[in-house]
Amino acid sequence: MKRISVNAIIQAVKEACITMNYEIDPLISEAFENAKKVEKSPVGISIIEDLIKNAEIAQKYTAPICQDTGMIVAFVTLGQNVLVEDGAISDAINEGVRQGYAEGYLRKSVVSDPVLRKNSGDNTPAVIYFDVVEGDVFEIELASKGFGSENMSKSKMLKPSDGMSGIMNFVIETVKMAGPNPCPPIVVGIGIGGTIDKAAQIAKKSLLRPLGQKNELPHIAQMEEELLEEINHLGIGPQGLGGITTALAVHAETYPTHIAGLPVVVNINCHASRHKKVVL
Amino acid sequence: MDKILINTPLNDEKCKSLKAGDQVLISGEIYTARDAAHLKLVNLIRNNEALPMDFNGQIIYYAGPSPARPGAVIGACGPTTSYRMDDLTDPLLEKGLKGMIGKGDREEKVIDSMKKHTAIYFAAIGGAGALIASTIKSNTVVAFEELGPEALRRLEVVDFPAIVVIDSEGNNLYETEPDKYKK
Repeated sequence: MKRISVNAIIQAVKEACITMNYEIDPLISEAFENAKKVEKSPVGISIIEDLIKNAEIAQKYTAPICQDTGMIVAFVTLGQNVLVEDGAISDAINEGVRQGYAEGYLRKSVVSDPVLRKNSGDNTPAVIYFDVVEGDVFEIELASKGFGSENMSKSKMLKPSDGMSGIMNFVIETVKMAGPNPCPPIVVGIGIGGTIDKAAQIAKKSLLRPLGQKNELPHIAQMEEELLEEINHLGIGPQGLGGITTALAVHAETYPTHIAGLPVVVNINCHASRHKKVVL
Repeated sequence: MDKILINTPLNDEKCKSLKAGDQVLISGEIYTARDAAHLKLVNLIRNNEALPMDFNGQIIYYAGPSPARPGAVIGACGPTTSYRMDDLTDPLLEKGLKGMIGKGDREEKVIDSMKKHTAIYFAAIGGAGALIASTIKSNTVVAFEELGPEALRRLEVVDFPAIVVIDSEGNNLYETEPDKYKK
């Protein structure tokens, strides 16, 4: 039996909240550098250059990469042989968020009630998912999810006969509709199958993969590749001002589904693509 | 591309000279207001109550900064997506607002009102919050302090980078540019 104190969880979540908002993912930096070389639009190139400059300034901890420091989404993988001591895991995650957003001078963007809209004041609660597995693993994958991109997400219950082309058309239509709003170049997350909620959850989770990592299933990996190419032919470009860099990656996840259905959810991430894995 | 230096406040003549595609560096005072502050401002206008400031010739920046670190003027301060303010824009243009800075396309009714009132819509780079913060020299809450990041703030900026995306004739880069790179 492995024992973990909630204090270790609080500390790790706090640090992750801060670092992912100030230090850009090295894979994103690399993608910016590559995009700068291939982009054809002069405005697009100047935008990518500014994003690189922005990341350099944020890295010095003067200000976060983006003022929308997001709502925290946490995917917990909990081994059945792990004993979490001194409190509840969810409370510890929320306490880590609370401390991280205060100490990191991050914007508190969460309202306690979606209708009454009073700010909770500490960016809690996080959206938390649990996956209980064998063994003594304890991991939390965290995303700091901004809503410029979240607002451009869409779900659709396709017919089984819509098949692969139906899925791809829906993704393209969603990205086209989103246009400049989600801060392109974007990362496109796609959840296919399960139920409507499962599709949304795996779409979100796909955004946490290392940038550009392919799905293990060959037909899905091929779909990701084709979609990336097609999306970058839409002309949207950096910030929607034209160009060939509209998406940096397309990530898709699948889950078994019902004979009568083909749920699809598209969840979009902005170019900051902030996420971090914590292992205890 | 050479960047055009502009100073606030703006007037009709200046607005008419700016064309979609112009890259500009803005200096002077601009004002932040986003979702909640717009609702409050428009409610004041609808109720014929006094506004907390005169918008004549001014620029509103759709932004809600992150908190300033000790000794810093402001935290990250990039633009938020503008379409959420589309239903609340015309009354401010009626009050003499000359410019808006945000990101993303606007509805036709906003563009029509911009043409009528000779106003400009600029885009700042979404997600360049740290870079933009470095051009902000002072930050004062003018009204609605209770809204926290959504308060109405006066920012003094020097060479704030933006692009004219919709000009006062209604020319719109979001409409014209993507087609050039479509395959």
